Amino acid sequence: MQYLCLIYANEQEEPKPGTPEGNQHFAEYGTYTEEIQKAGVMLGGNALHSVQSATTVRVRDGKVQTTDGPFAETKEQLGGYYLLDCKDLDEAIAYAAKIPSGRFGSVEVRPVMVFDEE
Amino acid sequence: MGAADEASRSAVEAAVREHHGRVLAVLVKHSRDFDLAEDVLQDAIVSALEHWPRSGIPRHPDAWLLQAARRKAIDRFRRADTSRNRQDELTRWLEATAGDSEGEPEEPVVDHRLSLIFTCCHPALSEPSRVALTLRTLGGLTTTEIARAFLVPETSLAQRLVRAKRKIRDAGIPYRVPPAELWAERLPSVLAVIYLVFNEGYGATSGDRVTRGDLCEEGIRLGRTLHELAPGQPEIAGLLALMLLHDARRGARVDGDGNLITLEDQDRSVWDREKIAEGDRVLRHALAFGRPGPYQLQAAISAVHATAPTYDATDWREIVLLYRRLFEIQPSPVVRLNEIVAVSFAEGPEAGLAMLEQLDGIKDLQRYAPFWAARADMLRRSGRVDDASDAYLRAEELTQNEAERRFFRERRDALGAETRD
Repeated sequence: MQYLCLIYANEQEEPKPGTPEGNQHFAEYGTYTEEIQKAGVMLGGNALHSVQSATTVRVRDGKVQTTDGPFAETKEQLGGYYLLDCKDLDEAIAYAAKIPSGRFGSVEVRPVMVFDEE
Repeated sequence: MGAADEASRSAVEAAVREHHGRVLAVLVKHSRDFDLAEDVLQDAIVSALEHWPRSGIPRHPDAWLLQAARRKAIDRFRRADTSRNRQDELTRWLEATAGDSEGEPEEPVVDHRLSLIFTCCHPALSEPSRVALTLRTLGGLTTTEIARAFLVPETSLAQRLVRAKRKIRDAGIPYRVPPAELWAERLPSVLAVIYLVFNEGYGATSGDRVTRGDLCEEGIRLGRTLHELAPGQPEIAGLLALMLLHDARRGARVDGDGNLITLEDQDRSVWDREKIAEGDRVLRHALAFGRPGPYQLQAAISAVHATAPTYDATDWREIVLLYRRLFEIQPSPVVRLNEIVAVSFAEGPEAGLAMLEQLDGIKDLQRYAPFWAARADMLRRSGRVDDASDAYLRAEELTQNEAERRFFRERRDALGAETRD
């Protein structure tokens, strides 16, 4: 099964790039990504720019409405994701638990919907 | 066929319920589909209720039900349209029944109930869902029975079950006994569900008390099953012992009008000696592993109470020590409060009151009725009647339970009588 692991954390509390903590955080992500690639479970994944760079788009009555900022203002912001191929939820939980940001933020694990092809 | 005796309707119903979990566990393992498994088992149960009263209960009711359920599944897939998926399903069910003999099954079914219970109690499900699903699948209770026992509308409970089953399927919750390294993480969730079922019945003073009391039996039954399946787990044994020891005193703790009777005033001759002995035995089995946990310690405390000949002869010092051990593992203010109550009996109410003052800063306790009830009782015993009355009043205002409120009010009224004496 495919699972999307959405990584949420408070951007203010995250280790800052350029600081020793930030460098270590970055290195931990490198190690983690390597691990899941080797295990053959990684289908994809990316880090996202800060929510300050977010743009929300809606179409109402055929008109495009564009607003600055994320879809919802929350304490923790979506900062990145991994798409994993796991045999079941237990395996997905085990890999999600190793994502470095899980120690101060949260990881939401969502199964990807599969449509029958006939 | 040997058992041609007639069986009474209630014996048949009891046999069906007894084997529900075992049969369903195999059906889910085969189909990975809770709804289908439940449907075909239901069909098989209907057959059993029809046949068994005439032919007698078969030697292996579980195997009989499983065989019948598989045949019902085959019938379903034969009747249904012939899309390829259906054909594959039909083939799989036919293969599963290929070895069945024409007559009555000779062997009981292989037990997969541990997989069933760990799946139903998976931490990815909400706690109310875990409880409902466990009672429905393992306990074999109907939706109506569960809804009535938990005082929720039947439609909400049915919805809860539907959502839980959908999540198991869509999120890919595995159907298995977790590997050894996951037990420490997963077992507490299973134990919590069983204890919650038991406590829902034990604490019941409102609603249909008879029905809700059945939840105690159900909790113990689930505990027994789990203990049988995993006898090497001391906390499982600890939980079973705890439930047995509590349950042994159930009949003595409420009077005919639904009023609570304190441990002090309970008629100890009403306590179920057999259950106490069994609880004690199971507890010893658990403690022999030398790996105490919260359920074992609570059971040990309960055992000290259950084996004391009178309230005054209770070994309060032992209870204090046990609560201290419990606090090391489970540092909650409620555990501390219980320790202090024990201290107030071991060393006197003044010692207890002095320790209670140290808890004054904890907000959650200030809103906790038993905190004020304990304080009121210590104040009463040390002769501070007015302070005791105020504390009982706080407890009265805070409790959600009508029987408790009546009890605190009576205690407060009795204080008035003490001053007049």
